[in-house]
Amino acid sequence: MNRNSLFGPLDPAADAGWDEAPKRKGFLTDTSVCIGCKACEVACKEWNAIPADFSDGITGNSYDNSESLGASTWRHVAFIEQTATPRGSTVELGMPGVRPGLEGVGSGAAGEGEVGEQDGEKPDFRWLMSSDVCKHCTHAACLDVCPTGSLFRTEFGTVVVQDDICNGCGYCVPACPYGVIERRTGDEGTKNVGIAQKCTLCYDRLGAGKTPACAQACPTESIMFGDVDELRERGRARVQELQDRGIDTARMYGDDPEDGVGGAGAMFLLLDEPEVYGLPPDPVVTTRDLPEMWKRAGMAAAGLLAGAALSFLGGRS
Amino acid sequence: TADNEYCFHHLPKLTGDHGTYNTVMRMLEDGVEGYFVMGENPAVGSAHGRMQRLGMSHLKWMVVRDFQLIESATWWKDGPEIRSGELRTEDIETEVFFFPAASHVEKDGTFTQTQRMLQWHHKAVDPPGDARSELHFMWHLGNTIRRRLAGSTEERDRPLLDLTWDYQSDEPNPLDEPSADKVLREINGWKITESGGQGELLNSYTEMKADGSTTGGCWIYTGVYAGGVNQSARRKPGQEQSWVAPEWGWAWPSNRRIIYNRASADPEGRPWSERKAYVWWDEESGSWTGHDVPDFQATKRPDFRPEPGTSGPDGIAGDDPFIMQADGKGWLYVPTGLLDGPMPAHYEPQESPFRNAVYGQQSNPTRQVFKRKDNLQNPSDGDPGAETYPYVFTTYRLTEHHTAGGMSRWLPYLSELQPQFFCEVSPELAAERGLANGGWATIVTARTAVEARVLVTDRMRPLTVDGRTVHQVGLPYHWGQGGQGAVVDGDSANDLLGITLDPNVHIQESKAATCDIRPGRRPAGNAVRPFVEDYISRAGITVETSNELRTTEGGQQ
Repeated sequence: MNRNSLFGPLDPAADAGWDEAPKRKGFLTDTSVCIGCKACEVACKEWNAIPADFSDGITGNSYDNSESLGASTWRHVAFIEQTATPRGSTVELGMPGVRPGLEGVGSGAAGEGEVGEQDGEKPDFRWLMSSDVCKHCTHAACLDVCPTGSLFRTEFGTVVVQDDICNGCGYCVPACPYGVIERRTGDEGTKNVGIAQKCTLCYDRLGAGKTPACAQACPTESIMFGDVDELRERGRARVQELQDRGIDTARMYGDDPEDGVGGAGAMFLLLDEPEVYGLPPDPVVTTRDLPEMWKRAGMAAAGLLAGAALSFLGGRS
Repeated sequence: TADNEYCFHHLPKLTGDHGTYNTVMRMLEDGVEGYFVMGENPAVGSAHGRMQRLGMSHLKWMVVRDFQLIESATWWKDGPEIRSGELRTEDIETEVFFFPAASHVEKDGTFTQTQRMLQWHHKAVDPPGDARSELHFMWHLGNTIRRRLAGSTEERDRPLLDLTWDYQSDEPNPLDEPSADKVLREINGWKITESGGQGELLNSYTEMKADGSTTGGCWIYTGVYAGGVNQSARRKPGQEQSWVAPEWGWAWPSNRRIIYNRASADPEGRPWSERKAYVWWDEESGSWTGHDVPDFQATKRPDFRPEPGTSGPDGIAGDDPFIMQADGKGWLYVPTGLLDGPMPAHYEPQESPFRNAVYGQQSNPTRQVFKRKDNLQNPSDGDPGAETYPYVFTTYRLTEHHTAGGMSRWLPYLSELQPQFFCEVSPELAAERGLANGGWATIVTARTAVEARVLVTDRMRPLTVDGRTVHQVGLPYHWGQGGQGAVVDGDSANDLLGITLDPNVHIQESKAATCDIRPGRRPAGNAVRPFVEDYISRAGITVETSNELRTTEGGQQ
């Protein structure tokens, strides 16, 4: 086992036991060019034969009726309408990043085409669009807590559920810091009801030398598939390019191997704080504290033994 | 033969306004017996859905061909007029035939798109069940009619009986599908042999003769089968040919990819720049050449100037690229031939909350209005009752759905992305009318009332015009009520529209109209008509409202 097997930078496939694994594969989703077409959602459902999951009509949340990632939504396009000066009677809660400050929007309306206006005129409205997906964490809490071994690390460094092994215990569901994996609900005839389901990074397509369905379908190449190292560099260069053009809110998300999940296999280029997109700002793998917890448990056990021994040594009459 | 003028008079001719809206109004007068609706859904997609569906109830018969049982096929049992009680299924005498249609992967044929390029598509699989192609339907229908008319001596049956219609496939096929390839050859045209049979295929429309020795379906397509090769089926990859890619598919006419391409060279015949070189004059060979088929007489020199009085193509100079115009020049507008022109002018829409700020003439004086009790118009600014419908609405599309919904509302993966008909309103309008995000709203015009979920968004902005504020309502138009097997349904936005048409091509005004919007669901069942009528009487609408054509002072009527 590696010193960083539970936390910290790691090559996950090698750590999982793969000899001569291929280079780690993942996604870079550049939300600055997402057009909200949802081709990724449809392509994913078509390829994986995922059942449709209707909510009760429209959600009322802009054009987003998929609501969130779940057992039957493995790609989810978020729509965030940002107004610098909202005209509705919204209550001010003082929450961070819900609306861009005047300095936050930048001098160009990123995602609306015209970028780089240096004349100082700031747009008062942005419509952010982003395709969310399982992060395929370097330290995947879902995989760590799975008692059956259904969740496993592939040779590509991705995390996949074997639906014929999963017993539906649901431990993985609260473990995931992003709320990605869930157990499928539905009628009896629905495929894999009760089984934990999530994005497989199209493991079956990778094995055939193809790209994942969502990346294949994305018309703007917002979703890019490739080697994680190369995608990380590409994303950072693109952030620099956007910032040079005045969009100072552009940032990477999930690219840091020192972060709470050891960096993600699916990284994002965001145009605002993660909370704006419904993403946790500082996700931490739930097994990070495992060594410390065992140490404390050990100390508590030792203390208990010591106390029991003491109680027998004293007062023997 | 020349004697019977090559049966030219067998071809159907225009006898009046054959536009769709005029035809629907004739249906209401029992002036139309039958209706073929193939691959469209006018009960949802056309303006004034109620008039469309009522019109259908006057037909003797109609045929609907589609992948699904769309609203235009089921209006007689589950449309809005059945629900409101205006129509009763048992009283409708229209006989509706539904033929399931094959999709483009289930049949041979061509696509022609706006670049004028034809691309052949090959049948990949058999259509499911009883579904058949349009070609199959039309050919077998035609043959059946011809068999019934065989031996007839009526003059009016001659066009059908004199028709040559040999599209029998040479390959045996259990579905008895005719040969699309034979149709394409016939459109291309051929030389007629001594015995009157099919001879060599024509390579270009220039081979067509006015003496009955050639035949062709459409001269602009002649050449699609040049050299006996289906040019539209060519698929040479772009990397293996020039950037113009003339060997992918075939463009009419003559595989010319950009028409008037002589304009890509300057008056002396040189490309305007190296980067833009497309077609140019080659002095050595004394002809035009380049990356595309030159759209010019091949050997006409750039410095050629015709003698005054020369007519025809020889009257066009060597530096006049627009050869389809009599003078070879590019025209910004035509001086004759349009009922509405030549230059655009600002007119307010048929229903407008504002006076025309530019002219005393409010709306287009040449527009076609239909002063009918079933086509009442909302009052415009200045008219009494205009405040009854104080908002403007426009119709548009969503990414997730396709037109009138026939190819999206039956698919779960698309329908779940946008499951319901919704309206988009600004926060200001929501506050003014008490609309809640995620709640329901009813939108009403002089035609009907529809219900929609509400989406409150800053993307919709109040308009400030002439010192006043007017609010907009945005309506995506993809939903329909009824239709069998649809995964999602909803009211149709186009039911709100009336019929006012442009005079040249009879296109409806569907992008700007007025309405009222109120919170809550539409009155159900037979309460909806009284609700709409109440608005009409409060606004004092008559058949004259908003239909005045000339509104300038002292103008002649």
